[in-house]
Amino acid sequence: MSTHSVSRITVSLAVARKDLAIEWNSKILVNQVAPFSAIVMVLFAFALDNEGILQRVAPGLVWLATLFSMLVVIQRTFAVESADGALDALRVAGIDPSAIFFGKAIALMVQLFALELLLVATAVVLYGVEMSALGFLEVLVTLATATIGLGFVGTIYGGLASAVRGRETLLPLLLLPVVAPVLIGATRATEAAFESGGAKVSEGWPWISLLLMFAVIFGVVGSVAFGPLIDE
Amino acid sequence: MQSVIELHGVVALLGRFPALAGVDLTVNRGEIVLLQGPNGAGKTSVLRVCAGLLPIERGTGHVLGIDLSTQREAIRSRVGLLGHTNGLYLDLTVSQNISFWASTVGANQAEVEAAMSLMRVDGRLATVKASQLSAGQRRRTALASLIVRRAEVWLLDEPHAGLDSAGRDELDSLLRTAVASGATVVLSSHESERASALASRSVVIDGGRAQ
Repeated sequence: MSTHSVSRITVSLAVARKDLAIEWNSKILVNQVAPFSAIVMVLFAFALDNEGILQRVAPGLVWLATLFSMLVVIQRTFAVESADGALDALRVAGIDPSAIFFGKAIALMVQLFALELLLVATAVVLYGVEMSALGFLEVLVTLATATIGLGFVGTIYGGLASAVRGRETLLPLLLLPVVAPVLIGATRATEAAFESGGAKVSEGWPWISLLLMFAVIFGVVGSVAFGPLIDE
Repeated sequence: MQSVIELHGVVALLGRFPALAGVDLTVNRGEIVLLQGPNGAGKTSVLRVCAGLLPIERGTGHVLGIDLSTQREAIRSRVGLLGHTNGLYLDLTVSQNISFWASTVGANQAEVEAAMSLMRVDGRLATVKASQLSAGQRRRTALASLIVRRAEVWLLDEPHAGLDSAGRDELDSLLRTAVASGATVVLSSHESERASALASRSVVIDGGRAQ
């Protein structure tokens, strides 16, 4: 009997494919999370009920709705691991925890990015937000960098909370304060892209650098800390 | 005979509770060893220690020559543990579950299909979600996942649970085949008559010790 050596990247991609296949089969993101996100955006519109104000605060609303939706997606991505002891099986299989971390983070990022695109589109339609071509490019870069950071930090805290009783309530408590820099950075960058409140597109790039730094820090932290977090 | 598992005076804790209170156990290559004992005796804890999941507090333990006190993560890729849960993704089909586990060790599609055929989860069952399977079908899918992982030591906690008579016979046959091709099996089972007939020898675990 022999075991083949499989690279960390191969295993990461297998874990990511597996998580995305679970989503494809269950359609939880499409049928439940995306409608939830859209409803949050609609409720914001009802609550503020003023197009001028909505255009001004649209970036913040997009990112708040993203964070709320992200909590649901993270809970789900770790619930599938614990339903039949699969996370235990992954650990027993001797799979490099950093490969599990990157795989789950990639799948989370793909799902978050799709949600964020939906939320930006909703903001354009519901709040009357307008963007220049350069602004649109900046929005895409903001979404990408913020998503990478959120994917990493969401996977770390999802793994941490997965083994704890009362994880449904603990996760928001632990995660939301940590992602405050992403909320601030992504909102400022999106304000610049939307040119909300007289902001200029060029003002967004320093905030994107902050988002990138956040992503790198939590990518490194997660690759080191995820193993001990999910271990006994 | 070359020993595959060697535990000497192993003490392991579950929280603050001593799950194992000084277990001595030697298992040689190619053996099928049955762990017997009442519920809560420590059978599952012995299997989890051997799988590198439960740390050793005192004593010494080696599996395949790897020190469980200092390198317990290193043993995990070489053993396969099937516990009370099946380790399946309930929203994936049988085929997707087994293919996922195969991809983590570089096993190819032919190996996946062979394992599915061996455990009778091929054909129409291959495209059924794990959540829609019976308990026995889930168990067989989990065993197929274990086969594609090519584990050298099989640690099976109540492997007969949930299987029908034909499934139990096939499992026994599968374990004999695995042993013939070089694997070593340690299992716990409440089906003492069937498991005793299968096993090379039995070890009674009681009160966290091997009797």
